[in-house]
Amino acid sequence: MESQTRKKILVTGAGGALAKKVINKLKTKYTIVAVDFRTEIDLGIPVISYKVDFNKRIFEDIFREHKFDGIIHLGRIGSTESDRFNRYNANVIGTRKLLDLAKKYNVPRNLILSTYFVYGASPYNPSLLDEKTPLKASELTMDLVDSVELENLANIYLYKYPELNLTILRPCNVAGPGVRNTFSTLLSEKNAPVVMGFNPLMQYIHIDDMRDAVCLAFEKNKPGIYNVAPEDYIAFQDAVKLSGCNKIYIPSIPPILTERIAKFMKWKSFPAHLINYYKFPVIIDGSLFSTTFNWKPIKTLDEIFSYYRGLK
Amino acid sequence: MAPNTPKFLKFLQSKEIGEYIKHFPNNVGSSGYDPWGFNLKGVKNILPLSKFLYDSFFRVEASGLENIPKEGRCLIIGNHSGQLPLDGMLVGHALLTNPNGSRAPKAMIERFLPTVPFIGNMLNSLGAVIGDPVNCERMLNMEEAIIVFPEGVRGSGKTFQNRYKLQRFGSGFMHLAMKHKTPIIPVGIVGCEESIISIADIKPLAKLLGMPYAPLIFPAVLPTKVYLHFGKPMYFNPKTKDYRETEANQNVIIVKEEIKNLIDLGLTKRKAIFE
Repeated sequence: MESQTRKKILVTGAGGALAKKVINKLKTKYTIVAVDFRTEIDLGIPVISYKVDFNKRIFEDIFREHKFDGIIHLGRIGSTESDRFNRYNANVIGTRKLLDLAKKYNVPRNLILSTYFVYGASPYNPSLLDEKTPLKASELTMDLVDSVELENLANIYLYKYPELNLTILRPCNVAGPGVRNTFSTLLSEKNAPVVMGFNPLMQYIHIDDMRDAVCLAFEKNKPGIYNVAPEDYIAFQDAVKLSGCNKIYIPSIPPILTERIAKFMKWKSFPAHLINYYKFPVIIDGSLFSTTFNWKPIKTLDEIFSYYRGLK
Repeated sequence: MAPNTPKFLKFLQSKEIGEYIKHFPNNVGSSGYDPWGFNLKGVKNILPLSKFLYDSFFRVEASGLENIPKEGRCLIIGNHSGQLPLDGMLVGHALLTNPNGSRAPKAMIERFLPTVPFIGNMLNSLGAVIGDPVNCERMLNMEEAIIVFPEGVRGSGKTFQNRYKLQRFGSGFMHLAMKHKTPIIPVGIVGCEESIISIADIKPLAKLLGMPYAPLIFPAVLPTKVYLHFGKPMYFNPKTKDYRETEANQNVIIVKEEIKNLIDLGLTKRKAIFE
């Protein structure tokens, strides 16, 4: 009886660390259907799990089978994974498919996870970029086109189909146990490349705080675009030091040399297309999210970096 | 006393510096940074050097310091020169050591500076912020004192033959002053024009390096005597909320004239460049 009254939500990217945490938090309250294109995730009963590609017709069968009350779309291929073509197909075309299905099957509440990367790391950025700031990432590198396009697509659906109640979250660097994004991977390593003469200011959010932010935004359902970041800042090289990494200084003059070294070394944690993020700050203003959802991160910067220190 | 001061600057330490540091804004996060990269540790390290430059090297003489508000938002508007932002550092030090009330100001810097390795980060840690109206607006709302050089690179990059000839002023600072009801404190700076002498601007080299100018300079910073004359606060209340650009431009001319008068005052007072 209980399962019939419980609301049902779809969580994508179920194999990721953040999705697992979100599912674990929400599964006591909702019936969760978890999907991932990479593998079928065993999250235990009562989570229903599928391995499926959004771009395949079979994906719609999940919507035919389950009546969803909400979608939390966390699944995406990171900018250092696969190639541009596959990323575009999965992140942009796949998301369009998902949103079309959400519209077709009248899913009344939807949340999409984006990234602060969309603002672009430009030396001319002012600090505390708010949600109205133009997205310049694709101007700086073609490898982030899919991230910006995903946002543009989500924006179109947000305003064209208000019945979807779409919330888009742009978090700063998510860090902590299990996180495999570029900056988290770098801080996990013993030796961390840094660009000589550049020490950009950064923001980090613990994965547990991000989990709470996702759940809160989904449950409170106040559609819109929100940056998610603490009001605390640290220079990149200080973060590297606090994480117990040895710095490997990469020459910064001429700029092409830095890029060549990154390309030659093929570091996953220091990809050539993200070099600007290691040189220039992209500080976002998270005050709209904090005030709208009455949210404040609990974990301190020291707690975040002590985890990485512990790995060494 | 600043505990992290590099060894080579230890001889410049004094009790005064520890007192000044108490006046720095405490709106920094758990790692000592504010959203613009201002860093208490960085400031503690560099203060002994700025004290040395202010007191001993440039032997700065400042007047009109009583015109700087002890608290609340204000824009310090001055003439720019000297290839490097030494004038900004000296004006900042004058505000910090003001006997009438210490202020730890922010300074708007040229947009190209963050692209220069080491320099960009060092300036940020001292309170220098890229000259973007969005940054300035946010800091005024936080009741900061902000140093602005409306000539920008046109002023800092000018050659020796153009010394004390004010270049075109941007109007961004005036819009901010009018919109945010902010007093303007004009300052005339005399002496920095001759500290680093640029004979020519090698434009093709500047283009190659991606810099706004590439000066052919006398390879030394000269110990010129520097005069800073701070004028009376100037208030510009727009006639209507939706004021015209021409109104702002007319106000810019008024500020420029006042700065010119303050420069003339310094030049009259100065007996010799190295007095």
